[in-house]
Amino acid sequence: MATEIIIHDQKDNVGVVVIEKINPKQECNCWIMENDGSTNIQSMDEIPLGHKIAMIDLKEGDTILKYGHDIGKVVKSIKKGEHVHVHNVKTKKW
Amino acid sequence: MEIPKSFLGYKRENGRAGTRNHVIILPVDDISNACAEAVSNNIKGTIALPHSYGRLQFGADLELHFRTMIGTGSNPNVAAVIVIGIEPKWTKKIVDGIAKTGKPVEGFHIERTGDIGTVMKASKKAQEFVMWASEKQREECPISDLWISVKCGESDTTSGLASNPTVGNLMDKLEPLGVHLCFGETSELTGAENVCATRGATKEASDKFMKTWNAYNDFILKEATDDLSESQPTAGNIAGGLTTIEEKAFGNFQKIGNCKFVDVLEPAEEPKKGKGLYFMDTSSAAAECVTLQAAAGFNIHLFPTGQGNIVGNPIEPVVKLTANPLTVKGMGEHIDCDVSKILSREMNLSEAGDRLIETTLRVANGRLTCAEALGHKEFVMTKLYRSA
Repeated sequence: MATEIIIHDQKDNVGVVVIEKINPKQECNCWIMENDGSTNIQSMDEIPLGHKIAMIDLKEGDTILKYGHDIGKVVKSIKKGEHVHVHNVKTKKW
Repeated sequence: MEIPKSFLGYKRENGRAGTRNHVIILPVDDISNACAEAVSNNIKGTIALPHSYGRLQFGADLELHFRTMIGTGSNPNVAAVIVIGIEPKWTKKIVDGIAKTGKPVEGFHIERTGDIGTVMKASKKAQEFVMWASEKQREECPISDLWISVKCGESDTTSGLASNPTVGNLMDKLEPLGVHLCFGETSELTGAENVCATRGATKEASDKFMKTWNAYNDFILKEATDDLSESQPTAGNIAGGLTTIEEKAFGNFQKIGNCKFVDVLEPAEEPKKGKGLYFMDTSSAAAECVTLQAAAGFNIHLFPTGQGNIVGNPIEPVVKLTANPLTVKGMGEHIDCDVSKILSREMNLSEAGDRLIETTLRVANGRLTCAEALGHKEFVMTKLYRSA
């Protein structure tokens, strides 16, 4: 089965697109590396290779988890399936 | 995969082994670059290492300059060295430092002689050295003679997903065989610093790491005019999908696998606690970091990239790997090891680690890296602060 999205850790609330791009309304297979698990999600946006997709609804102030760790905070609410990047997430450092 | 127990290297006078057999022309300072380059033009098979510094430096910054110069000349990938400086004193200090390895080294200073006379004298010696070095043969060396440094660059999320963990897999497999390993990039561990500190082999190593990271972070906070969003992550990182420094740091950190670091090194400091993994306090800029690791004696470098960093080093071969299929497609001439099939799940991490071990050994045995074939010789000194 083709994999469109890889998730590092079961705790993560984002996944990474691993094909050239996914399109809006595309049904995507997700592989969870940590436990060799799988899940799926429908994308809301066009998201290119290497960019992140929200696995759940996220609101302002929420923490993004990747590798099972805190990688920043949500600054603009994000719906499940939307593109997660610099327009809606910022560092907690610096 | 059965990991080979040896590689073909150049045995040096001090017991180390080189993966290369360079004769270098090392300028002590910026104004001696012209002379060094003229000598390497005259004498085929030598390499000049021009750089921008070496005048009026003082304190820790000057110490780092000498450590980098002496360390570069002492690296086992270097067979013999010509040192050229404007003044006799600093030139001699570097010659004496390199001479401790037992390798041929000779210094020349330009004052009272001028460029032309110096070029003539230094060229005669360089010719003697390069012809002597050309007779050196590769011999079987134990794999523990490999000193492997790592640094990633132009990272994207494929780095953290696949190419950095591939390096980590190699470390997990080679560490028990007695190799020396080194990672650095102090600023690019920001966000993962507490997790990284738990990887100290001793409390002393962990504490030393936190002290080093805090010092770097304080400096960045002091000098930053706004946030660092213009620099970290870089525009290339962002294009590749990396959003924050924390995300970059956790990706970066995958390079050490499950290894623990035995000590924390100053920039360009030679490891002294035997085999195993070391953390070095370095800049996260590629050429600066590799130059410091080469000066500490590392003889082969692994460089995972996402979007396609193209860096090389004049004395330490830089092996590049990527998991990004677009980078393989668009700039394949820079990629020594393609692990992009991890993303399509046609290759697992252990297979990728084995492939990287094979590539590393082929390069250690003499195969040119992409960066060597393309002429990348970035030699970039780290400067700590303004000169006097």
